[in-house]
Amino acid sequence: MELVNIFIRAAFIENMVLAYFLGMCSFLAVSKSVKTATGLGLAVIFMLSVTAPLNWAVNEYLLTKGSFGRISPALADVDLTFLQFIVFIAVIASMVQLLEMIMERYFPPLYTALGIFLPLITVNCAILGGSLFMVERELDLAESAVFGFGSGFGFFLAIVALAAIREKLRYSNIPAPLRGLGIAFIITGLMGLAFMSFAGISL
Amino acid sequence: MSTQPLPVERPAGGASPPQPSLLSKKRRKLVSDPFGDNNPITVQVLGICSALAITTQMRTAGVMAIAVVFVVATSNVVIALIRKSIPERIRMIVQLMVVASLVVLVDQVLKAYAYEMSRQLSVYIGLIITNCIVMGRLEAFALRNGAGDSFLDGIGNGVGYGAILMVVAFFRELFGSGTLFGWQIVPQVFYDLGYRNNGVMLTPAAAMFVIGILIWIHRSRKPKLIDIS
Repeated sequence: MELVNIFIRAAFIENMVLAYFLGMCSFLAVSKSVKTATGLGLAVIFMLSVTAPLNWAVNEYLLTKGSFGRISPALADVDLTFLQFIVFIAVIASMVQLLEMIMERYFPPLYTALGIFLPLITVNCAILGGSLFMVERELDLAESAVFGFGSGFGFFLAIVALAAIREKLRYSNIPAPLRGLGIAFIITGLMGLAFMSFAGISL
Repeated sequence: MSTQPLPVERPAGGASPPQPSLLSKKRRKLVSDPFGDNNPITVQVLGICSALAITTQMRTAGVMAIAVVFVVATSNVVIALIRKSIPERIRMIVQLMVVASLVVLVDQVLKAYAYEMSRQLSVYIGLIITNCIVMGRLEAFALRNGAGDSFLDGIGNGVGYGAILMVVAFFRELFGSGTLFGWQIVPQVFYDLGYRNNGVMLTPAAAMFVIGILIWIHRSRKPKLIDIS
């Protein structure tokens, strides 16, 4: 039940995009059509569900204070938490690269569909943000896996919703300087206000 | 593509144009362009994530702006210096490593000398790593240009980004809490007469509205930037 609660929180109440506004760059750049938005959304779900537990393990067994105490008591005082940023981003970047190579070799159609989004994902704040929030909230392995998947799912929902709205916007009469980016910002703000109504729900 | 020497003069804050005798017109353009026609936020739409979370107060926005200027400029120089020895396939990882090391530096300095500030900024200092401005400039500029030009480009983009952060923070702090840099601006008399702070300005959604309106103003003054699609 605790896990379901974490999923609901990550996907709706504390939606990565609409409550924390992480991953905005690709959120705004790739939300012009529902089809590409779906592609990016799926890639983000996948990467978040993989990197959150992976980074949890790295943090727990290599970085936190005392983790080297398991090897030898002399090293029990070693505290490498200041390396968190570098290690997390290295894990994320190499996962993306690995995924790209595997897909290119074994699933070429998927690669051509998602290929251009993969480098974008490395620098998607939502992915690194997921790992950092996971540390800040002191989740355990199962929780961080669910948290990663939930956050990814929230991102997917938000980007597909925005893409659908922007497709409809083509038929509306917006002042010319506001077209495109400007109105996308304002819509995202309105979506964020709407998502605030989820605040306070817990299961 | 010759490696140009580092400029002797460090342009102070990038705002004042560097010495014209030392720097050609093209180089001055590198610094000034990101303020208007090629602003990282309102035109290139990069680095929005952190722009929203930390602009409720001008003080946090200022620290963030300084941190970003430092990281963009320094990483641009480093990547420009080693650009010829980076293998194409793993260039993203190399770039991220350079950026991440610089961000760790910033984070540790903040933790040591301004602990309160570093707590307020929480994960957002770490997120400078994935700030698209940094990566965007490395990919688009530093990989193809010399160290000197890259430094100027980094300063220009960092300051252009910081300027927008400050503008957004100005409106959000003024209307959201009635203060600027923590100083009370709206006089007590107003509150006695029934004036209230606008709580919506403190939510992230308000940042989206402010940036949306900034883009609107920017584009109506520069019609060639209007999105046709």
